[in-house]
Amino acid sequence: MKQILIDPITRLEGHGKIHLFINDDGGLANCYFQVPELRGFEKFAQGRPVEEMCRITTRICGVCPEAHHMAAAKAADAVYGVTIPSAAYKLRELLYLGFYAGDHTTHFYALSGPDFVCGPDAPAAERNILGVIAKVGIDAGKKVIAQRAAGQRFVEIIGGKKVHPVTSLPGGMSKRVTKEEQAEMIKLGEQMVEFAKFTVQVLNDVVLANKGYVDLIVSDMFTHKTYNMGLVDANNKVTFYDGKVRVTGPDGSEHAKYEPKDYLSYVSEHTESYSYLKYPYLKKVGWKGFVDGMESGVYKATPLGRLNVSDGMATPLAQAEYERFYETLTGDRTGKTPVHSTLATHWARVVELVYACEAALEKAKDEEITSDHILDPPTGIVGEGVGTVEAPRGTLTHHYKTDKNGIVTEANLIVGTTNNNAPITMSIKKAAEGLIKKGVTITDGMLNRIEMAFRAYDPCFGCATHSLPGQMPLELVIHDAETGEVIETIRRN
Amino acid sequence: MAKPKLAIYWASSCGGCDIAILDIEDKILDVAAFFDVCFWPCATDFKYDDVRKMADKSITLTLFNGAIRSSENYEIAKLLRQKSVVLCAFGGCASEGGIPGLANFYDKKSIMEYAYVLSPSVEANGHVIPQPETEVKEGKLEIPYLWNTVRSLRQVVDVDYIIPGCPPQSDQIAAVVAAVIDILQNGKPLPPKGTVLGASEKSCCDDCPRQRNIKKIKQFKRPFESVTDPDLCLMEQGIVCMGPATRAGCGAKCVKAGVPCRGCYGLPANCRDQGAKMASAIASVIDSTDPKEIDHIISGIADPLGTFYRFSLADSMLRRVQS
Repeated sequence: MKQILIDPITRLEGHGKIHLFINDDGGLANCYFQVPELRGFEKFAQGRPVEEMCRITTRICGVCPEAHHMAAAKAADAVYGVTIPSAAYKLRELLYLGFYAGDHTTHFYALSGPDFVCGPDAPAAERNILGVIAKVGIDAGKKVIAQRAAGQRFVEIIGGKKVHPVTSLPGGMSKRVTKEEQAEMIKLGEQMVEFAKFTVQVLNDVVLANKGYVDLIVSDMFTHKTYNMGLVDANNKVTFYDGKVRVTGPDGSEHAKYEPKDYLSYVSEHTESYSYLKYPYLKKVGWKGFVDGMESGVYKATPLGRLNVSDGMATPLAQAEYERFYETLTGDRTGKTPVHSTLATHWARVVELVYACEAALEKAKDEEITSDHILDPPTGIVGEGVGTVEAPRGTLTHHYKTDKNGIVTEANLIVGTTNNNAPITMSIKKAAEGLIKKGVTITDGMLNRIEMAFRAYDPCFGCATHSLPGQMPLELVIHDAETGEVIETIRRN
Repeated sequence: MAKPKLAIYWASSCGGCDIAILDIEDKILDVAAFFDVCFWPCATDFKYDDVRKMADKSITLTLFNGAIRSSENYEIAKLLRQKSVVLCAFGGCASEGGIPGLANFYDKKSIMEYAYVLSPSVEANGHVIPQPETEVKEGKLEIPYLWNTVRSLRQVVDVDYIIPGCPPQSDQIAAVVAAVIDILQNGKPLPPKGTVLGASEKSCCDDCPRQRNIKKIKQFKRPFESVTDPDLCLMEQGIVCMGPATRAGCGAKCVKAGVPCRGCYGLPANCRDQGAKMASAIASVIDSTDPKEIDHIISGIADPLGTFYRFSLADSMLRRVQS
């Protein structure tokens, strides 16, 4: 049996590798996706004051520290049994929308964009952000940089610091927003909405107008009929900062809709000895291995998953895009029929980008955000709390138990990308099965299609990194299983 | 003339250092124009094997972020040291262990046991603990071995310079980049080995706009327990603030945003241990000479060890809690 080791793959949180085993007839015997890292945040949270968790857990991920900051802050509010002032709630929500607007932009243009704008079979050297700029023009590149900077500015104004915000406290926020800062955010918000419209146009012109891409998006190689998960508001619209968790089945039916604090009744985690990353699944359905369908508890918590569990978007332009998304892919604009094409996740991300920009502008205009009343210091303690937000890469849950002084005694974290560990594994395997066949010469474009399988999930490092000229560091080394000898090495060049 | 080679690597870290590099925005184009980026696993196509094949000292500058936590982190740290003329610890984790260094409060066994056995969401009949080697029916799978103790970069290899911060702030990164380009282009001398770059010799307090009255205190408070005065020193309001034991460089962003400093820019100049420095600062603000009252006042500090050593435990004189 031959072995193919893809090591390292990057553009995910930390490091990762893919190990493929090949039958003697040249077909795929099995495929393993491994995450070789554990930092132990849940353990070393023990002994720390719970109000510090929103400043410690930001360091789980420097790409989406805002998500950890918010989940930890909400959990700490719950530990102290406080409802934060309305202005503080609005500030956190606004920070989070600004963050989303920047984060989704980076992913769409710098990471997934090259596959579609330049094409999956374009020379690897062109398949990067510079290749995208070459196709769509330098002005577009400047717009992307400006949009990313605008999102970071929202985080800095409200959160005090661009990377690793600091201003949430149990009971509210520590930093007031001035009228001048509000005016700046409104101006940036207007720019963001224009950018969102521009992005929809890019999507139309470059991706949807190309039948080849649409065929690729809906192809079986990139399809998994799993459950979906995401936060929804009172009207079942997509929401990021606060809401109930809704889970729907592969057929679109509602499996559950629950308060985040009840997550342990719905989610459990499976472990494999060859990877440090656990595999969450739906407890009531059960772990059946890396398979899809109604009988398997595997779910996805991605932009696509969020659209699938929702009844629509809370802002007008985003709602129109939501309807167009489902009309095109299922023929039913209500969204009742879910989309299972992994690559449609990129389009779903654009729908969410439109929502984030529209909502950021709308909420930046709210007079209350400049209020002085942003902190109600807690007066008692409950001693346990759960905080859940929708991170760009999946439903993020922080759960803390504390002693009577608010010192953490137990912490449990289910992190965005982790939700998608099983579907990522399945997507890589399915793409590899389509690729690795007897007598087929492996090309660079084929390798890129394996990468596209996991890239759709936006594993964390991706958005951070592909803004620079460079190529995806993917390498396939084919070993002879008997001798360990390298038979062939295939690299990007 | 060939461009100088630049390598950027992340070990055990969050990726915030890479984001901070991107936050220098258009200046990143200067970096791309001046350097040949020869190894940046998250942006370029070069592999560990490519680095192994490079001649020793052929990389002009390596920016290394992240703590040393696994066999893989250690191997690459040694490799990059061998291949680099200048190796720079970039960010709090490489410099002093950072937040990942808080794992040194516990041992590897208890960390693994919590994550894979005791955590409330782990499946009831699970309890599989990841292993360096796993036999599957098709063959053997391997993952790196985790160390019991997290270390800083300079604890495992020789480091030339330190750029502190969690993350280093983008204005500081831009300034360091400009200085490096100036040195290489114009043949200027390198700063003395061991220099801390992208920060100052002062403490965070020197950059803090809040008023200080050298007032002593009778009681410590947690940051959320009251609405604080935005113009007055947080420590004088009873809130433990790491400013006096932290190097200046961030622009005092946290204190300006209404929350206390937590020490992410690391220990100040002429200081070996950030926690000891902070203990000394605390001693100087306590308004009592009565041992019992002093004990009582100090007991009001929540988690002194995890606060004073928030970012520097791994590289401190303590290094870890005994296991």
